[in-house]
Amino acid sequence: MTENLTAISYLISAIFFILALKGLSHPESARNGNIMGIIGMIIAIVTTLFNPNVLSYELIVLGILIGGAIGTYIAIRIDMTALPQLVAAFHSLVGLAAVFVATSAFYSPDSYGIVNQEGMIFPSSLVEMSIGVAIGAITFTGSIIAFLKLQGLVSGAPTTFFGQHLLNLAIFISLVVLTAIFTMESSKDVFWIIVGLSLALGVLLIIPIGGADMPVVVSMLNSYSGWAAAGIGFTLSNHLLIIVGSLVGASGAILSYIMCKGMNRSFVSVILGGFGVEEGTSVDKNEGKTVKTGSPEDAAFIMSNASSVIIVPGYGMAVAQAQHALREMCDILKKNGVTIKYAIHPVAGRMPGHMNVLLAEANVPYDEVFELEEINSEFSNTDAAFVIGANDITNPAAKTDKASPIYGMPILDVENSGTVLFVKRSMASGYAGVDNELFFKDNTMMLFSDAKKMVEDIIKSLD
Amino acid sequence: MENIDPVISLIMIFILACIIGYYVIWGVTSALHSPLMAVTNAISSVIIVGALIAAGPEDLNFSSIMGFLAIVLASVNIFGGFVVSHRMLSMFKKKEKKNK
Repeated sequence: MTENLTAISYLISAIFFILALKGLSHPESARNGNIMGIIGMIIAIVTTLFNPNVLSYELIVLGILIGGAIGTYIAIRIDMTALPQLVAAFHSLVGLAAVFVATSAFYSPDSYGIVNQEGMIFPSSLVEMSIGVAIGAITFTGSIIAFLKLQGLVSGAPTTFFGQHLLNLAIFISLVVLTAIFTMESSKDVFWIIVGLSLALGVLLIIPIGGADMPVVVSMLNSYSGWAAAGIGFTLSNHLLIIVGSLVGASGAILSYIMCKGMNRSFVSVILGGFGVEEGTSVDKNEGKTVKTGSPEDAAFIMSNASSVIIVPGYGMAVAQAQHALREMCDILKKNGVTIKYAIHPVAGRMPGHMNVLLAEANVPYDEVFELEEINSEFSNTDAAFVIGANDITNPAAKTDKASPIYGMPILDVENSGTVLFVKRSMASGYAGVDNELFFKDNTMMLFSDAKKMVEDIIKSLD
Repeated sequence: MENIDPVISLIMIFILACIIGYYVIWGVTSALHSPLMAVTNAISSVIIVGALIAAGPEDLNFSSIMGFLAIVLASVNIFGGFVVSHRMLSMFKKKEKKNK
């Protein structure tokens, strides 16, 4: 295949990838979008197989079969609750693959045509190689740490130590200096030092970030995996890799921005970390005040007599796997003539859009699910708000208490509804470690139980 | 135009692609942000094209082994990413008529 034909095929492939992302603008077009993405990938792979440097196919076919089987198996078996971990793990693979590709480009550059007449790699390719391999390595170890935190294998609490930011800065400056040396000397030792330092930096960048900021971290690593692909694209002068890498990089960056805005945190403060304490450390500011607790029968009574109920799900619902029971409860209420809507906060869950997927899994129609801006004004006309497994995203302190760490965060105004039903395991504060004054309001009823068990008990009383 | 450094044209492609990405991603509905991450994850594994070239030579060497490993990793991602986003997307359903 001539180089011109290859370039045109890559262009077509890139267009399919753009259409795949475009398809995600609506749930109806999204399924076709996914197929567009698959077509784009097939075009890219087949085109590359015609590359004059690809002479033997054994390793390639074997690699695709092994990888494809593992990937398909995992994707079919994975629980939707564990989606954030899965995505983090996948990001780490992109990062590692970028490191491997950069390594093989460094060790046999002539396969990629990035050498001059004397057999030396172009200096510009060396700069790009260094950047690509560094971003790849950071993505790899950073995603592994994110995976371990999301999976609960290491504590979600931020790990900070004295001089952490200085150390990170020192590593970053060393990487810049080493890139300059690498460009001049093209030395193998320097290459591996860059890889090693970047791997360490990936770990150091993610360990100080707490559990509450995980949606930002997952989006950020999504972005990094894109930039890593683009960096490799520059190294290999491969247009397709650059285009796709930029699309993915832009996507992750926008998601990070949306998540930061959802928490009213600046991106810099998230990166610097140290935010978010373990669930269970409660701040006793509201000591002495009493809360009104209710039984499942009370909740069933209130909701079946309401004309409209808004459900506010949070990560606690995912942990308790309560989404199916919740939908069942809502079906019964709907039969009794109650209007049901779901309100999703941008940072509910552990990754962007996590709650939407869990509700969709439980067969909740997507046109009953609303975003914060769409539904927030409706709480004042609603008889009951049913908050299940969420806490900080409903806390009015975000509006009133300037000293609160969550001040300025957009919240769902559940307090404006007739009755607020709060399903919670205990009085412990949320991830941000802030007490919720809503618990002590007159129109609030606390339902202390595991989310799933509570919903099941409510269903029993409704019957 | 012939004297333009190839790096400049790569940067042009890069910047224009970023701009396209910016507008296309803002058009994605927030309900589908999780599938978006799975899809972008799958398509960023287009890095496999670099790995294919590395694993392509007749004789086995360090680079082709690196290429082979990269193919395995990228394939896990490509298949995993597309399958899991297909699973997610097939769950999103509209309200059934009888419920209205």
